[in-house]
Amino acid sequence: MSNGIHRRTIVALVHDKPGVLARISGLFRRRGVNIESLAVGHSEQKGFSRMTFVVGGAENSVKNISSQLNKIIDIVDASDISEKNIVWRELALIKVKCNQSQRVEILELSKVFRVNVVDVGINNITFELAGGKSKIDSFVELLDQFGVMEVMRTGRIATLRGATKIGINDGEFGESNSSDIYIADKDASGSV
Amino acid sequence: MKENLIKGSEIVCKALINEGVDTVFGIPGGAILPLYGTLNKFPELKHILTRHEQGACHAADGYSRTTGKVGVAFATSGPGATNLITGLATAMMDSVPLVAITGQVGRPAIGTDAFQETDITGATLPVTKHNYLVMKASDIGSVMHEAFHIARTGRPGPVLIDIPKDVFDELAEYDFSKDSKIDLPGYNPYLKIDQNQIEKAVDLINEAKKPIILAGHGVIISKAQNKLLEIAEKAQIPVVTTLLGISAFPEDHILSTGFPGMHGMAYASIALDEADLIIAIGSRFDDRIVGNAKRFGKNSKKIHIDIDPAEINKTISIEAPILGDINEVLGLLNPKVDSKTHPQWLKEVEHFKSEHPSLMIPESETLLGQQVIKTLSDLTDGNAVVCTGVGQHQMWAAQHYTFNKDSVWLSSGGLGTMGYEIPSAIGAQIGAPDKTVWSICGDGGFQMTIGELATVAENNLPIKYAILNNNHLGMITQWQDMFYNGQNMHETYTGNPDFVKLAEAYGIKGIRVDNQNDLEKAINEANNHKGPVVVDFVIEKVDYVFPMIPAGGSVDQLIEEEKK
Ligand SMILES: Cc1ncc(C[n+]2csc(CCOP(=O)(O)OP(=O)(O)O)c2C)c(N)n1
Repeated sequence: MSNGIHRRTIVALVHDKPGVLARISGLFRRRGVNIESLAVGHSEQKGFSRMTFVVGGAENSVKNISSQLNKIIDIVDASDISEKNIVWRELALIKVKCNQSQRVEILELSKVFRVNVVDVGINNITFELAGGKSKIDSFVELLDQFGVMEVMRTGRIATLRGATKIGINDGEFGESNSSDIYIADKDASGSV
Repeated sequence: MKENLIKGSEIVCKALINEGVDTVFGIPGGAILPLYGTLNKFPELKHILTRHEQGACHAADGYSRTTGKVGVAFATSGPGATNLITGLATAMMDSVPLVAITGQVGRPAIGTDAFQETDITGATLPVTKHNYLVMKASDIGSVMHEAFHIARTGRPGPVLIDIPKDVFDELAEYDFSKDSKIDLPGYNPYLKIDQNQIEKAVDLINEAKKPIILAGHGVIISKAQNKLLEIAEKAQIPVVTTLLGISAFPEDHILSTGFPGMHGMAYASIALDEADLIIAIGSRFDDRIVGNAKRFGKNSKKIHIDIDPAEINKTISIEAPILGDINEVLGLLNPKVDSKTHPQWLKEVEHFKSEHPSLMIPESETLLGQQVIKTLSDLTDGNAVVCTGVGQHQMWAAQHYTFNKDSVWLSSGGLGTMGYEIPSAIGAQIGAPDKTVWSICGDGGFQMTIGELATVAENNLPIKYAILNNNHLGMITQWQDMFYNGQNMHETYTGNPDFVKLAEAYGIKGIRVDNQNDLEKAINEANNHKGPVVVDFVIEKVDYVFPMIPAGGSVDQLIEEEKK
């Protein structure tokens, strides 16, 4: 929450068809919300993808962004899970300079972080690392002394802990219970 | 071979008819010609040829606002489609259900910068509730029904369907019973109302000492006028409306307290500020009402009844939101609300009204816009269909017309679209053929869509256009005078046409009124004329709309009248 930037993690189940991302990114742009990371992939349901966004912006722009997202017809459900009990992961590929004499040392370090080596070149080595942001950040920091050539990060993917699945499915344009609907600013909205 | 194959264009028409459409507004062009080619097979669909696609879209909007049905507009690809955008944005802001059908270049040409190719689904993303590019005829049926469903349910809005030229000619099956089955897992407009939310609101209402209702466009959209009247009378709660909520509550009713906000009645803004409970019904706390969001309603708790979850807590914090269709919500709420009165509070509100009369028309030798509206209101018993453009005349219409039970009010509230006045009235008159339609026009806005007078003449629509002609972009003059040190620039017209002659050139009756004495006679003459009329009211050149709360301000900055 530094510099007045408020960050939210949003998970959305969306139709897997052309133009959906444009609708979503258009909404973020219109409301002055910055996409800090975005991860997309097929979901367990055929024809639907799951997206995880980390977005940042002024409090007023991000606080009800999930209700705005839910107005997009191609989004089945978008939930702001920032305050929920979630597990999240991010994957990074890190390519670092490494001559033969450094190789052993670097590989030792990587063991501490339980990092996989995915490629070794004559003068470089590429690691794969999954974890939280700080884990990846500290590993990158550690490698800095050798010369980090490239960092690729997927951005976070997230899910709620326990059995709760993200994405409601109450069938054919059925009723959705209005009390299930996330209303920004919990304090003010009381029971909903 | 399947037997029941018909052309994509025929599927469009059949689906329109199945959706209850009887009138479409539009202009043909290359990419949509195949659709126009089949229209003559469907005499149930009346096509109104407008002079500009913006006119078609506003006419569809006016038709929708008077009938409650989905308005339909046709346009060709490229410039035809882009000309719709202002109309779509107007409808989007004011939650008006429309379906716009545009032709697109043929499928093989898409993406090649072909003649008259525009990515209209891309361009209209922010100004439509949803849109489609239909790439095969077999999808047309289901897309059409989906589009109508989306346009009219939940918080209504415009939906655009872009169909490539060759898709109109492609053969496919259309099966109404199958294609009208809606399968939209991402769209749940039917909210089940939460009893807890109702209970919470009931407690607040029953406990409130100074409750006020802020009724918005949602009341009209949900056709909940009677329930609004019921709760107001039962719990003796004064009612203010938003600009678009005008006509939701009869203004001759004792509990009617006008409309608050930038150019609303001072007493309405004060009452809203003094209340200890604001019950917002189908209103979105627009900035022209709220002004300074930090200061707004500082004395009150808030109940917000709305169908759109994204509106709750958007700018104003709400103690008790109720999500759902307003008519249904009030159906549950009204029986639980105590039958009671708040004599002290009602007396206070009466006091605001008498201390801050707001609608006093200044003494003047010359004709004033306010006088025109007041007389019009009297001579139509406050029961006309009233359209407006945007500017001073719009605010005077909102202020000085007394909207009674049978009135309809059409104005571009959210987008503030000048040029709405001529075409919206076309749609309104077609939607309500037996009603008297008066459109209050600015001489500026009138000239933005003036070509539609030909549409009026062609269809002999008995619309009465009242131009409040000040030879000015009046509202611009007002802002320059008040906020830009009186530096008047680019707001005066020196080349306005003679509107009477102009009307006559279209074959429309023209009347000029330039003094107070002729006012009633002219309005009566217009009312009694069977066909269309343009009345050129030559009004005072420089005049201001008051009261005014400057943008971002609050009642603390209320300016009640001009400082002499
Ligand atoms: C399409 C469009 N362009 C510009 C504006 C900005 N604008 C708001 S009010 C106004 C003046 C309107 O003049 P007129 O139609 O003559 O009405 P009046 O204020 O004189 O009653 C203008 C230019 C607008 N609302 N819409």
